[in-house]
Amino acid sequence: MTSSRLSKGGRIDRSKSVRFTFDGKAYSGHTGDTLASALLANGITLFGRSFKYHRPRGVFAAGSDEPNALVTVLAGEVREPNVRATELEIHDGLVTQSQNRFPSLEHDFLAINQLAGPLFSAGFYYKTFMGPAIGPLRGTRFWMFCEKFIRRAAGLGKAGIAADPDRYERMNAFCDVLVVGSGPAGLIAAEAAASTGARVIIAEERPLAGGSLLASGELIDGRNPAVWAREKAAALAAMPNVRFLTRTSVWGYYDGNVLTAVEHVSDYKPNRTKGQPRQRHWVIRTGRTVLATGAFERPMVFPGNDCPGVMLADAARRYAIEYGVAPGNNVTLFTNNDSAYDAARTMSLAGVNITAIIDVRPDVSGTCRDIASVAGAELFLAHAVTATHAGKALSSITVQHFNAGTGRVSGAPRELKTDCLGVSGGWSPAIHLASQAGGKPDWDEDLQAFLPPEPNQNWVTTGSAAGYMDTISVLSDAATKGSAKSRLVLPPVEAPMLDASPAPVFEIEPSAKSQKAFVDFQHDVTADDIRLAYREGFHSVEHLKRYTTLGMATDQGKTSNVPGLAIMADVRGISIPEAGTTRFRPPFTPVSLGAIAGERYGDLRPHRLTPMHDWHLANSAKTYEAGLWHRPMIYASHGETVEQAYTREARAVRQSVGIVDVSTLGKIDIQGPDAAEFLDRVYTNMFSTLPVGKARYGLMLREDGVAFDDGTTWRLAETQFLMTTTTANAGPVMQHLEYYLDCIWPNLRVHLTSVTDVWAGSAVSGPKARAVLEACVTGTKVDNVTLPFMGIVHGKIGGIPVMICRLSFSGELAYEVYCGAGFGTKVWETLLVAGEPFDIMPYGLEALGTLRIEKGHVTGAEIDGRTTAHDLHLDWMLSKKKPYIGSAMIGREGLTDENRLSLVGLISMDNQSITGGSHIVTDPVPREPADSFGHVTAACYSPALGKYIALALVKHGTSMIGNRAFATDLLRDKHCPVEIVSHHMFDPEGSRMHG
Amino acid sequence: MIIKCPYCGPRDVIEFIYQGDATRSRPEPASNDMAAWNAYVYDRANPSGSHREYWLHSGGCRQHLVVTRDVSTHAISSVVFARDAAVAVKSGEPA
Repeated sequence: MTSSRLSKGGRIDRSKSVRFTFDGKAYSGHTGDTLASALLANGITLFGRSFKYHRPRGVFAAGSDEPNALVTVLAGEVREPNVRATELEIHDGLVTQSQNRFPSLEHDFLAINQLAGPLFSAGFYYKTFMGPAIGPLRGTRFWMFCEKFIRRAAGLGKAGIAADPDRYERMNAFCDVLVVGSGPAGLIAAEAAASTGARVIIAEERPLAGGSLLASGELIDGRNPAVWAREKAAALAAMPNVRFLTRTSVWGYYDGNVLTAVEHVSDYKPNRTKGQPRQRHWVIRTGRTVLATGAFERPMVFPGNDCPGVMLADAARRYAIEYGVAPGNNVTLFTNNDSAYDAARTMSLAGVNITAIIDVRPDVSGTCRDIASVAGAELFLAHAVTATHAGKALSSITVQHFNAGTGRVSGAPRELKTDCLGVSGGWSPAIHLASQAGGKPDWDEDLQAFLPPEPNQNWVTTGSAAGYMDTISVLSDAATKGSAKSRLVLPPVEAPMLDASPAPVFEIEPSAKSQKAFVDFQHDVTADDIRLAYREGFHSVEHLKRYTTLGMATDQGKTSNVPGLAIMADVRGISIPEAGTTRFRPPFTPVSLGAIAGERYGDLRPHRLTPMHDWHLANSAKTYEAGLWHRPMIYASHGETVEQAYTREARAVRQSVGIVDVSTLGKIDIQGPDAAEFLDRVYTNMFSTLPVGKARYGLMLREDGVAFDDGTTWRLAETQFLMTTTTANAGPVMQHLEYYLDCIWPNLRVHLTSVTDVWAGSAVSGPKARAVLEACVTGTKVDNVTLPFMGIVHGKIGGIPVMICRLSFSGELAYEVYCGAGFGTKVWETLLVAGEPFDIMPYGLEALGTLRIEKGHVTGAEIDGRTTAHDLHLDWMLSKKKPYIGSAMIGREGLTDENRLSLVGLISMDNQSITGGSHIVTDPVPREPADSFGHVTAACYSPALGKYIALALVKHGTSMIGNRAFATDLLRDKHCPVEIVSHHMFDPEGSRMHG
Repeated sequence: MIIKCPYCGPRDVIEFIYQGDATRSRPEPASNDMAAWNAYVYDRANPSGSHREYWLHSGGCRQHLVVTRDVSTHAISSVVFARDAAVAVKSGEPA
């Protein structure tokens, strides 16, 4: 046993035992333990295998900066990989597993990877996975076979495949001041802000407030600082204007002072309260942000520094003070600064045996010497650790004389027995959120660290995040940063006089024979990898990062960033600020996708249903989705195919009468003295000449002259029009019109209202359509004189006020009947009753499409954003008397070119169906590639013609009429001989709809 | 990003639709100056720093706004109704 539980101390509840398992073995800990502290208390120091080399790794940190001790949490079928053992609170029944080992953590087969070092060196993604560039294995299947194993060998935990059964919540919050972190700085800043009445949110990533105070050996207000912090936090949380969020990690900083956070609501509990989400995702909009995020201790880079038993000095201290765990029996410390002495002092007082302190500096202060001597630790000044020795766990280290000025190691090596080495390479302010917000950090020569950038949004940093490393200055800085107006009386602090400025030593350079020295533990990036990247020409920090993957693991380089930069600066012979740093990206800590999604999963689109939707379903409609709308495709009869159904429906329309739901058409109410003038400008044809009570078919272009949308617009009054748009373009047309009214023609007195959902529409089509209306419409005549083609009348159907316009998409005598949406089904059913004597047939979109294809009427399939009015034979709609949107650009060469595709009809010559999307070719033999000179936009079986037909866009379309070609669809194995015909395939004179 | 809609107040960018460069001006409708039309329809500068843009408050009042925004910092210096800005331009005042 190396690490063990101390007989007293820690904030754990020793009266409560917690049972959990790790790799199948049962262990016990106490309430308040993390998995890391509980396993250390059980003498477990081996936590996992490393990313590439499968090296044994132990716990290295004690918080969110942990690079090594990642575990998988199992809950039934659900597995959550890469959870930091240092943050995972244990509870009864917790099941955890180590990662990246095979077959077991202790006996890992892939540790052989350590011998295959070159395969995994810097740039291994680019080198190894590309395979050898020369030699017998170049480009072989054998290499691809090997790659699978190499990929399996390198990696972190495996994601689960079971659906996540948990519930997640989203919250939006607003505050005047958001304080991130609740260490001494966060608590005082929050108190200062809250005392002025500001609405304050404090977010703390750990389960309780206090930050560094939880493991401090100082005295605040003459008391234990952890107790002081607990009381301060409780007082704050009790204030009505303060919201205190614990277990809440602020992970992103975005524009407009928007921050994102994830709160662990119940995932640390063995039994969740009913209704509680597992996690809650916060989007916090704040007036001001106080970043009191603290600082991360940096490792020293030296040979063998990844051995289990080597950990950050502050982590060792935290295990001892917070959890009552001695990280080892003989703890040694290796440092370049004073903070390790404070760790030694505090641990020693807690009963941990400190045997030696190795310091790279040639001299240290009297305070430091006193601490070492009181703790009984042998002091090695101007020394460095040059090797670690371990069986399954650290057993000893080698120390040698070290010159901090030259970086040179000399003299006889001496071996020291130790089972835990705490390292401290100085402290880096946690500038991640500030960096995300966009500023370039400033290098501080004194602290040998990057300080937060100048604020580019309304935020401040305070405490050690701002570079204040002693508690007294942290508190006074936080009070002013919290609020300039507050008059807080700060408590006295008793602390040893220590200096946080480190000697500028980041690495003890390995000699040829020594062990690997790791910089990024999680991605297995060594100091030599950085030098290799330099030799291979990757000098910029941005290249270095991507080539070596330094700092790109899930810990976001919390421990590795500065040492990595320092080593690169050193090989380049420049200073660290000259080498620069990369920008931190969200998330600060890993965030589960479930938390971000919240309740938004599955089908997220709204479903738009017409007023008659329930009737359709009750009458055997098969629906499909057209945009957000659900529309009847066919009304299925028993045993029919889709083609048989739509053929039956379309035939009924041509022979007698049919009815179709057209409520989905976009409808815009356009009112104002200048409404007619406005329509003249947006449509290619004239609307100011349209009499009241008449409708007209209109075409809109985009500004570049390409066709945009079509539809009919009805003049309901001198100053009121009802515009209809295609279903798909309802939104874009509205936006288009609004844009011109707001931005281009603000002087036009016109108002627009979207009324798509206000009206239900039923189209009654067929030779008997008028007879149907005559049987049910009251209050108006519907004869050819009262209601001529494109005429509008107002009347009632079944007592419901309706507006009827005689217009035709099907080419038959047809009427669109509009009524208030709430009466849609009533009017629809009344029309059906009136149509009974004529065997009125409800028809769906397939029949609607068939009828329009027969007539050559265009829809979005032809108005596809590439075609012009000319291409679609709609040039007759282009007014010569006025300018309109698109008129200036419509005559451009490219839009009038002879070779453009234009609309034609196709008739299948072999009685086979033509598939939509087929290409038009001349070659009778299907081959690829073929010279396509057009494509099919829509196809169907035409009951009116008794043939399979299609619409197509074909080069030189009109002059091709009468020619034969092939519609080829190699994907669906079709090659259909077709005759090219006019797009007016049925009733070209239009006699039926005018009848 | 938060846009202070003059009608609805400060709202998250998610409620708005970007509607393009607000510095271009449309030629007179009957103009056949193809160079001017071409510039209006296709030519866009990509300036760093302050820029005038149209934003449609599609999830709010459905007004087009002219937002003056520093595209490198997202700092918004002014938001006005596009109608007011357009009227001001027509009558020769700076918007």
